[in-house]
Amino acid sequence: MTEFNRRRFIKTGGSAIVLGAASAGGLSPLTASAQGTVKLGLLHSLSGTIAIAEASLVDAEKMAVEEINASGGVLGRKIELVIEDGASDNPTFAEKARLLIERDKVAAIVGCYTSASRKAVLPVLNQTKGLLYYPTYYEGQEEDKHVIYASQEATQSVIPAVEWLAREKGKSFFLVGSDYIYPRTCNKIAKPTIVKAGGKVLGEEYAPLGHTEFSSIINKIKAAKPDCIYSTVVGGSNVAFYKQLRAAGLDGSKQTLLSTVVSENEIEGIGKDNAVGYYACMGYFQSIKSPENAKFVKAFKAKYGADRVIGDPMEVAYNCVYLWKKAVEKAKSFDVDKVVAASGGIELNAPEGLVRVHPTNHHVAKKVRVGRARPDGQFDIVWESPMIEPNPFPKL
Amino acid sequence: MNFDIAVMQVFNGVSLFTILLLMAIGLAIVFGLMGVINMAHGELMALGAYMTYLAAKFFETHLPNWMGVYLFVAIPFAFTVTFVFGYLLERGFIRFFYNRPLDTLLATWGLSLILQQAYRSIFGAQEVSVPLATWLAGAWEPTSGIQLPLTRIFIIGLTALVAIGVYALLYHTRWGLKVRAVTQNRAIAGAVGINTDRVDALTFALGSGLAGIAGCVFTMIGSTNPGTGQLYVVDSFIVVVFGGVQSLIGTALSGFAIAQSQTWLEYLISGSMARATILLLVIVVLYFRPNGLFATRSRN
Repeated sequence: MTEFNRRRFIKTGGSAIVLGAASAGGLSPLTASAQGTVKLGLLHSLSGTIAIAEASLVDAEKMAVEEINASGGVLGRKIELVIEDGASDNPTFAEKARLLIERDKVAAIVGCYTSASRKAVLPVLNQTKGLLYYPTYYEGQEEDKHVIYASQEATQSVIPAVEWLAREKGKSFFLVGSDYIYPRTCNKIAKPTIVKAGGKVLGEEYAPLGHTEFSSIINKIKAAKPDCIYSTVVGGSNVAFYKQLRAAGLDGSKQTLLSTVVSENEIEGIGKDNAVGYYACMGYFQSIKSPENAKFVKAFKAKYGADRVIGDPMEVAYNCVYLWKKAVEKAKSFDVDKVVAASGGIELNAPEGLVRVHPTNHHVAKKVRVGRARPDGQFDIVWESPMIEPNPFPKL
Repeated sequence: MNFDIAVMQVFNGVSLFTILLLMAIGLAIVFGLMGVINMAHGELMALGAYMTYLAAKFFETHLPNWMGVYLFVAIPFAFTVTFVFGYLLERGFIRFFYNRPLDTLLATWGLSLILQQAYRSIFGAQEVSVPLATWLAGAWEPTSGIQLPLTRIFIIGLTALVAIGVYALLYHTRWGLKVRAVTQNRAIAGAVGINTDRVDALTFALGSGLAGIAGCVFTMIGSTNPGTGQLYVVDSFIVVVFGGVQSLIGTALSGFAIAQSQTWLEYLISGSMARATILLLVIVVLYFRPNGLFATRSRN
């Protein structure tokens, strides 16, 4: 059957109607392609400030789709991708989500990176009965029946990370973060956890988003002399923070610095030399040794080049497509309500190991790891947690 | 607070002052002297940063033994590229907007978006990492408790050189005299035979080139990505406006005041509150002195 999508339809205008009617036997454009394929929307920032972190997720998602299509598709249908650019702008995310659902009739969307963009998309999902797979670690405090949160929420990384620090590295802590919801929520979780582990918090500092001058905060850390520094500094600030820490002599040998937001992708920008010796806590590291991960890394590098690295959100983005596939196959339907109902309890042997969708709260149970940055920009995994159940609304 | 920390705080204040000055000096020339509100100034810094990245890449692959001195090639390279780019920009774009400040604002803002997307297409959305010469890594320790990062010492030195150079250029050369003449009265300057078009183009190019140098050295302490310029441009404008447009000395002193208060406030209260307090102080000062701290008196 002749394929044609709605966008081309609009572009070519009237002539296409005649053509379309002739070739698709009078079917409306919306259902014309629905027989042999199913549409999946990808909605990420491909331009604008967040594209730094977000654009590479699309690569991983595309790869998952190609793999699935090569092995026969979902319920016998090939996946047809519709990619939209959220342009780092939250209203644009909402608008594009609506387009994907209403115009393209996508069965599900894999997308968003920042919490703000996800929050902007939520009302659209609820109105249009859409389904979003969200691939980024985030602060929790949310549970929407139209969203599957495929990465670790804050308690899943902060609690094990802080407990590991208190157990292995020392009991006094200094908390540094960028000034917005993720770091503040993480530190809200970290503080009682530290106290419970017998430690104490010597200081808590927030720098404005995008801040590049950390000399005063570094001086405060020096004055406080903590054993451990827990960092949730994000974005370009992170680069400045790591560079200035090292220049000021805090190179991780006396104090242990651990971040829950620095993956292999961030290290590319921070610079391998600047990041070496600092720790990170993530669900996925490219250096995980397992047959699943070896296959995943090999395929990714073959497709996109040997110098590309894979960070946690990219792997989760890849998992998202498979989680959706599994849910659809369990539900034997692309219907959003049925897929959501079938999602609970689904297990996936991901590159990071087993992940399991929680029976009710739409998050996933998974393992997290603590890694130490190596000179080559990869992490030596020094500790692995048991499976951790998600707890998006922790009682603190 | 003990003595060591106090020494490092004073040093941090001086360091931030030189960083702000280096950021603002190019803008002070373009905005202060020419009256062009160049919203793309930050992107010119980013251009300088990316040129440094290219220079580092070149040395890494072709002259690995000379990596230690690549910065001394990167700085003039970044300056030259941004200077030429600034010159072409002025000739092909900016000059059509003289005396239309609001249009300039919008046009250069659009230009900044275009440049950001261009960097994204050419260098990728990801941050690029500019390696640091080994002799600049680490800190100087005059006593065991005091660490003064070498990168910051380098920036202080470089800014001093640049500031002296700009001062000498503007106040002790014939070309500087022409620039000041055009700034004070374009029509009369033209009437006595100064080629004002040429002066405009070179002045703008110089401001751009200085932004390039700033971008180059900021790779040592900050990040390099397509949006890097945005992090600096607001601070640069604050410094220039607070100091009093048209006054280079004002720019320097305002940079000093802002840097010292910011470092100390950041130490005494939190980072976000410090920033809010600084902005509040700037507003209060501008309320009472609308032309900035060091406005040049004039009859209109």
